[in-house]
Amino acid sequence: MMNARDLLRSRPEGLCCPKAGFFIDPTRPVERALITHGHADHARAGHGAVLATRETLDIMALRYGPDFAGSVQEVNLGETITLDGIRVTCHPAGHVLGSAQIAVEADGMRIVASGDYKRAADPTCAPFETVPCDVFITEATFALPVFTHPDAAREIERLLTSLQQFPERTHVVGAYGLGKAQRVIALLRAAGYRKPIYLHGALEKLCHYYEGAGVALGPLRPATVEEKDAAPPAGAIVIAPPSAIDDRWSRRFADPLACFASGWMRIRQRARQRGVELPLIISDHADWPELTQTIQETGAGEVWVTHGREEALVRWCELNGIIAQPLHIAGYEDEAE
Amino acid sequence: MERFAELLDRLVLTPSRNGKLRLMLDYFAGVPDPDRGYGLAGLTGGLDFPAVKPAMLRTLVMERVDPVLFDYSYDYVGDLAETVSLIWPAGAEAGAPSLTEVVERLSTASRSDAPATMARLLDQLSPSGRFAAIKLATGGLRVGVSARLAKQALASFGNVDVQEIEELWHGLAPPYTALFAWLEGRGPKPENAAKAPFRPVMLSHAATETDFAALEPADYVAEWKWDGIRVQTVAEGEVRRLYSRTGDDISGAFPDLVDAMDFDAAIDGELLVGDPRERTGTFSDLQQRLNRKTVSRAMLRDYPVFVRCYDLLVLDGRDTRALPFLERRKLLEDFVGTLPADRFDLSPLVPFERWDELDDKRCNPPHPVIEGLMLKRKDSAYLPGRPKGPWFKWKRDPFTVDAVLMYAQRGHGKRSSFYSDYTFGVWSGPQDDPALVPVGKAYFGFTDEELRQIDRYVRENTIERFGPVRAVRADREHGLVIEVAFEGLNRSTRHKSGIAMRFPRVSRLRWDKPTHEADRIETLEELLDENRAKRAVAGNRPESALRT
Repeated sequence: MMNARDLLRSRPEGLCCPKAGFFIDPTRPVERALITHGHADHARAGHGAVLATRETLDIMALRYGPDFAGSVQEVNLGETITLDGIRVTCHPAGHVLGSAQIAVEADGMRIVASGDYKRAADPTCAPFETVPCDVFITEATFALPVFTHPDAAREIERLLTSLQQFPERTHVVGAYGLGKAQRVIALLRAAGYRKPIYLHGALEKLCHYYEGAGVALGPLRPATVEEKDAAPPAGAIVIAPPSAIDDRWSRRFADPLACFASGWMRIRQRARQRGVELPLIISDHADWPELTQTIQETGAGEVWVTHGREEALVRWCELNGIIAQPLHIAGYEDEAE
Repeated sequence: MERFAELLDRLVLTPSRNGKLRLMLDYFAGVPDPDRGYGLAGLTGGLDFPAVKPAMLRTLVMERVDPVLFDYSYDYVGDLAETVSLIWPAGAEAGAPSLTEVVERLSTASRSDAPATMARLLDQLSPSGRFAAIKLATGGLRVGVSARLAKQALASFGNVDVQEIEELWHGLAPPYTALFAWLEGRGPKPENAAKAPFRPVMLSHAATETDFAALEPADYVAEWKWDGIRVQTVAEGEVRRLYSRTGDDISGAFPDLVDAMDFDAAIDGELLVGDPRERTGTFSDLQQRLNRKTVSRAMLRDYPVFVRCYDLLVLDGRDTRALPFLERRKLLEDFVGTLPADRFDLSPLVPFERWDELDDKRCNPPHPVIEGLMLKRKDSAYLPGRPKGPWFKWKRDPFTVDAVLMYAQRGHGKRSSFYSDYTFGVWSGPQDDPALVPVGKAYFGFTDEELRQIDRYVRENTIERFGPVRAVRADREHGLVIEVAFEGLNRSTRHKSGIAMRFPRVSRLRWDKPTHEADRIETLEELLDENRAKRAVAGNRPESALRT
């Protein structure tokens, strides 16, 4: 059997397959890149050739313009392609629309680079699929046993309760533009909220792309408009990038109530520091139980841990008799929500 | 329990008073008896479970969690109760206990079975519920709600005056079912059968320049306003109680005073440190005695307390509140003469004939622990609350200092997009190479327009960021000078400058003033050393005249 490190290893540019000369989610421009999903710290512009799912390629084009790479190649989930003798298969990761785990296989050795993933249900993307493997590469964004994400529907109920309690205040929900914003909207619709939802300008393109991809989001309106009568009424829900909820942009609304949809909101001090009044614990990343459950389900004898709190997950693997090591790759954002 | 936990989670992050009131009101309206009554008891500090200790929680969690993973988590979260509540392994979800069950189980637990009781509760609750249970069990919810604010929410809920609730409060006990029945119009007003009850305090309005034209000096008496805390000293039969002005029973922290309360009366007065025959201590002396659960012998010796008496509400079972002030005053003078002279004295009246004469006395008080004057109509009855007209307070002018803006922090709620909390400093160190040392923080005293101006200034002159805080450019040539008004100074070991300001606020923005002309630390230290001798700061610096 092939040695795992001959199949994939970390380089300054990112995770590299030396035999086929490709990188997975490289943080610097490379000749050949495989991209797990469209978040900016994983999907960067300027690579020679990019291989990803249709949705991820579309999202990169939306964000960086049509010339974001020298050439692109679309790969379907479940389809196996061979690159210089290395078999590469994409499997759904359940993180955001188009997100994929990338299984790399040669000579009886299979490594799964899971990218970012979650196990909880999400109406805006395909559910995570467990792929048995020899080496599992996992993210560790929320890899501390204090992180257990509650049911997202319950968090949406809390938002709706607050709207009833404070109907005169505009609820400005901070949500990451790709994935989280659309998930929050879809969850609101699933909970029966039918009024228009108002969008920060930075979210419009992606929301419309999701709708085009078949994710129904209901009536959406721009939050920032010239005409006064089209502005969000008091008590409306406005979705905005997290940086906007407590900045000057939000001053235009009626007594804004700052909400933030993020896994970090589990920690009270995080909410307090950001001036969040209503923290909504909704995450697109696996929580601690999901991380440990997934590691066990893959049956991997070895785990490589990347971006986040590597040391806690490595410790858990040791306690459970699994070989584990942190994979130090610079450039992934800790605050990837 | 989950409803109460959610209430706590919301309260702690809701900055506005009205928002907190709404959350509590909804809780009282939406939660049935007896749960809401225990919730009220939790908010007002009326629950005590001495069997549960924080160290016990640590032991419990260590039996269940890998210590290395616990340490990583605790380092990250930073709060023991929160870490335990989040890391506790989820148990079987069935049968989450109500708040009432939680209170019953905790209050019947003995020291020996408390760990098992607590562990079982934590097994049954959600992370949020666990946090609430731990906070309840170990005391101190710390959600930014005073007992007074909770009572205010009750008053709004029942559409009654908050004083009615304060007056009843000490005759009531959790879960307050009779109180809620009355507030919902389903039952009679509970009678306060408790001895030595609290009577709502009479408060005053601040006198403004325009008031005096309409006021006749001959209708009023004046007395000094002392800088301690307003208290009500009540003894009836065997019961002796010392109440704060909002009706909180603070007797436990003042056994020296309670021992001397051998009478049947209710006295309104000022709690101060010292011996009234020799020495009246400062507010910072008094702070040594405030908010303590136990008092050491050294504390009693070094910081004895006494009451400077203002008014008499009850004497030998007779309610005197309806009498005119002068008649009450006569009774008070005779009565105080019979009390132990080391624990009680009379607040002296300040003779005057004209307002300008009194103003002169106000500006030159004879004692540093005086913060101004009280004016009381000679015929005024003792009324609850803050009636307009009979009583005025006329405070001494604040001190001011010219300081330089050093850091700005984002505000909360409506001000969350503004840099609205300002840390300011004064010059310190050698004359030829001075540096700014922070001396305080102010977050009000400016108009909305001024807030917008400072916000813009902060954003354009940021030199460094620390989360929600920005460091603002401030050196000998650049920076914004703020005239800060404050009520006094205390020595502080917590602040680098060694000084803590009382009630600092922005008095004026000095866009015109170069930073090198701002004050030096010595100016404040002199003021501190002189123990607030009259207007020391202003006397040294004619260019920053006192505001009136």
